[in-house]
Order: sequence, then C-alpha cells, then structure tokens
Amino acid sequence: AGAGSGPVPGDGAGPPATERVLFPPTFSVSEIKNKQRRHFMFLRWKQQQRKEKLALKKKRRKEREALGDKAPPKAVPKTIENQRVYDETTVDPNDEEVAFDEATDEFAPYFNRQTVPKILITTSDRPRGRTVRFCEQLATVIPNSHVYYRRGLALKRIIPQCIARDFTDLIVINEDRKIPNGLVLSHLPDGPTAHFRMSSVRLRKEIKRKGKEPTEHVPEVILNNFTTRLGHSIGRMFAALFPHDPQFIGRQVATFHNQRDYIFFRFHRYIFKSEKKVGIQELGPRFTLKLRSLQKGTFDSKFGEYEWIHKRREMDTSRRKFHL
Amino acid sequence: PQVVWSMLGNRQFCSYKMTTKTQNFCRNEYNLTGLCNRSSCPLANSQYATVREEKGRCYLYMKTIERAAFPRRLWERVLLSKNYEKALEEIDENLIYWPRFIRHKCKQRFTKITQYLIRIRKLTLKRQRKLVPLRRKIERRENRREEKALIAAQLDNAIEKELLERLKQDTYGDIYNFPIHAFDKALQQQDAESESESDAEREEEDDDDDEDVDKREFVEAEDSELSDFEDMDKLETSSEEEQEEEEEVEKKASHSKSKGKTPLKGPARRKRPHIEIEYEEETEPSTKTKAA
Repeated sequence: AGAGSGPVPGDGAGPPATERVLFPPTFSVSEIKNKQRRHFMFLRWKQQQRKEKLALKKKRRKEREALGDKAPPKAVPKTIENQRVYDETTVDPNDEEVAFDEATDEFAPYFNRQTVPKILITTSDRPRGRTVRFCEQLATVIPNSHVYYRRGLALKRIIPQCIARDFTDLIVINEDRKIPNGLVLSHLPDGPTAHFRMSSVRLRKEIKRKGKEPTEHVPEVILNNFTTRLGHSIGRMFAALFPHDPQFIGRQVATFHNQRDYIFFRFHRYIFKSEKKVGIQELGPRFTLKLRSLQKGTFDSKFGEYEWIHKRREMDTSRRKFHL
Repeated sequence: PQVVWSMLGNRQFCSYKMTTKTQNFCRNEYNLTGLCNRSSCPLANSQYATVREEKGRCYLYMKTIERAAFPRRLWERVLLSKNYEKALEEIDENLIYWPRFIRHKCKQRFTKITQYLIRIRKLTLKRQRKLVPLRRKIERRENRREEKALIAAQLDNAIEKELLERLKQDTYGDIYNFPIHAFDKALQQQDAESESESDAEREEEDDDDDEDVDKREFVEAEDSELSDFEDMDKLETSSEEEQEEEEEVEKKASHSKSKGKTPLKGPARRKRPHIEIEYEEETEPSTKTKAA
C-alpha cells in the first residue's frame, strides 16, 4: 500500500511530478482503498496510456513515410458491410435473367410509362391524431395520392373498389397505441403486397429545420443499396409510387436507403451550391421500414402466396447476413 | 339460512366475498346479482334461482329447501328456449310462486346475457384484431440495430453523393450551369445555332438557373445499380431532345419568386456572381463558330 501511493495527491491538485512517473510498480490502480486517490491514480494511468498510444501512432506514421511507396497498404477496418455474408441472390447489373424478369413483372406497365401512379393512403380502424397527421404529410410527399378514412371496412372489399377506380397502389398504415407502426404497401392490379414494420416516425414539425412544406412538384427518387433480388423488387415497388417524370424545378428528392435490412425514408430539398457541393435540407416526414413479408398477390393474409416471410429463427441467426 | 348469514355475511369469513372501498361483491358463480347481500347470497338463502349460460345456451338453475341435504342434486337445471319471449315465459312458469325479487332479477340477468351473446356473435363476424405479442428482447435488439444501421448509413452523405452523380451524368440537363459543364456542353452540342440562340437568350437574363423545363421530359434516373435497359434507351432519346431545345425566357420577377420558395437564400445569392463571369467566357466559342 505504501508503494502504491507514491505522490500523495491531496485534493487532486496533480503533483508536478507527472513526468517523473513512478510506474511500473506491481500494484494496480484498483488496490487503493481511498476513492479520491484511486480516481486520481486512474486518471494518471489513463493519461499515460494515451500518450503511449499517440507515440505508437506517430512512430507508425513515420515508418510509413519512410518506406514511401514500398509501404504496405493501409489496413481497411472491418465493417459489417464488408463482412456481409455473400447473398447468392445479389443482382449483377448485367444479369439478363433479372432484366427479363423485370420487363415482364407487374411493374412493367409502370416502367413503360403506360400507367400513372395513383395512390390510396389509409389507416387501420380509428386512427389517432398522430397517425392522421402522418398520413396527411405522406400524402403531400407522394404526388397524386389520396387519403381516405377506414371506418371499419374490410380490406378485401376495398381492393376491388380501388381497382375499379383506377388506383395503382394502396398504402395502409397500421397503428398501435397511438403511433403508426406498420405499413402495408400493395400494388393494385394484383401486384405484390409488402408488409413492413415502421419505426421511428418523425412528423414534419419534429424535424429540426427551418424550411417550408414540400411543394406540389414531383420529386425525384433515390433508391440506395437494394442489391438482392428481393431488394430489387421492393425497390421497384417504391419507385412505382412516384410518377416517372420528376420535375427538377421542385428540387425535391425522396430517398429510400437500405442499410442492413432497414429502409430509411427521407425527403429533402437540395440545392447545388457549386459543381462539387450540394446542400440538402430535410423537409417532410421520415420513417424507417423493415420488411416483414412479401406476398405475390394483393393483400390476403390467409390464402395469399407468400414470396418471402421473415422467419426469425432461420434468418436472424447471423449478424452479418442481410436479405434486402 | 338466517344462521348462515349471521355467520358469513358480516361477521366471519366468506371465501366468496370480495370487498372494495364502496361495496361488497360475491364471487359465487350461482349468485344472481353479484353483490354480497342478504337476499342475493346463494349460501344464505335456501330458495334461490339463477340464470347462467353455457356455450351460448341459457339455463335456469334453481335451489330448493327440500334438496338442501343433497348437495349433488341441489341445483336443478332447466334449459331455456332460444326465443327471447318464450324463455321469459319459461322463467316465469318455473319460478311461479317464488319471491318477486328473485324472479325479477332472473329475468334481468337473462336479458343481459342474451344481449351480450348477440354482441359476441356480431363481433366475430367483423374483422378481429389480432394481437401479436411483442417480444421485449427482440424489440430491443431491433431498435439497437436500427440505430447502428442509421449511423452506418450516413444518409446525408449518401444522398449528396447520389445527387452529384446525377449532376455529372447530366440527368438534369441544362438547368444547372457550372463552368466546366457549360464548356463541355458547348463543345459537345452539335447544333451550333440553337446553342448561340440559347446563349443570346441567356445573356439577356440575369440569372437563370432554373428554366422552365416542363416541356422536356427527363428520365428519372433510378438506382444506379439497376442500370435499366429501358432507362438507358430513354436517356439517349432525351439527350436528343435536349438538342432541340425550346426555352422560355423567364423573367427575373417570376424567377425570383421561385427562388423565394426555396429555403436557402444564401447560396443562391452566391451563385449569381459566378454566373455573370461565366457568360463572358461562353460567348467566345460561339463567336468563334460564327466567324468560322
């Protein structure tokens, strides 16, 4: 104990003898019973560690520079994206089969500009204020969309009516305990239905920004990181919500960014300050989605043919495996 | 009877009795009203009747003094008809000569039971709300992963990069005039006349970042990884369209109005001096071509 507390700290007014450090004795900082002294010792130990680390870094950098060209390449840190388990359904940009599939699937008429998207947004029964406001904001973000109240109607009966009135997409926002927590996106003339879990919904007034509301211009769409086949089809579903011809005057962009199976939606207004710099300002709601299931036909929970369901036991086994 | 009540009712313990701040309840399943009273305790009354329902059918249960010695045969059960009025009559004829209180309460209870049975039947026809239990561990895990994914995504950077990419690939066409781009376009454009026209028009305008491009169709460039074959075709056609431009000169007033819509005014002002310098450079190539 006597060997440990060499320079008695007093009230932590560090002794000027930090240079003439008296380590390494064979004690550890945790053996000192006095909390104040122990704390002080620990801080000093930490400082010393930091110094050593800095010195090591400098040395390494000097070695690099000394070697010049012969220096070994910089070590790339491992990230989850780097270590991602290779998914065999990753789409190769030149894959013909994929291109053929996409030319003949349910979105083909949209991508061939034969249909103009018209979207119906609705909620589950008895939506609370937050959900209602979210629906309204979503309706301003997506052009040519209409919000209708549900009033206890069965989805299976709504769908034929929607098809009759020429809607191309149906969005149902499910609500639980006054916050929206689920999204069902269904492409109407018997297109695929995707069911998402929605989280971290921020309404427009909760976003920190000082801009105005989105205008009526058609926004651009950015779809990031949808690599696998499944991701591709989901990406096309999202793209099919927006009209094909964005109005660049509006300078608005809606982004669906997929990262580790979470799809982040943001709505920004951009402005090009110069050739290499662009400024973006967030307006519009934001939310994140996680895909739960994808069905082939329109919404049908009992008899539908599921193309993909998230099965927790099988699919969540590895931390580096993602499906979208 | 009397003795039983004096024991159980107020003084000693009754296991069916539940007390709350304002009232006492009786949990006995044969109780008619559910309260713990002298008149509605099935233990303390030797002549008692209740209506209970089982699997959607209502029964009338009766207890008489004669069977007080045989607990197994104590409660006599009578099936009531499904017809509401007929059932009421059956209650009446079974409980004839019984005290008014019990008869009345039985009928009330029967009414309530039928009403809730009707409601159950109606509700099962409507859509049922399926309650899926949340699993706390999983929820926590997913939230954490979402946060990490958000940090890893670096959304702002990604969006900015994508927008700059699109700018480079000319998806915006002629809207944004930056020096390098203008030069490239000046060199690449085949139709010299339209270019000189456009330059002349541009000279008149003070600031014309955004022109009226409604007449032009621009391809929405989607996911760069998609590299749609359809879209590639359309890109080429649109570039042809660009060459046959029809521009509408926007007046400064309307333009400043559209600028007013945008929230960022600082960088916009910074743009203008850049543009003014631009034009001096641009006229040179056009004059050169004219001379040639």
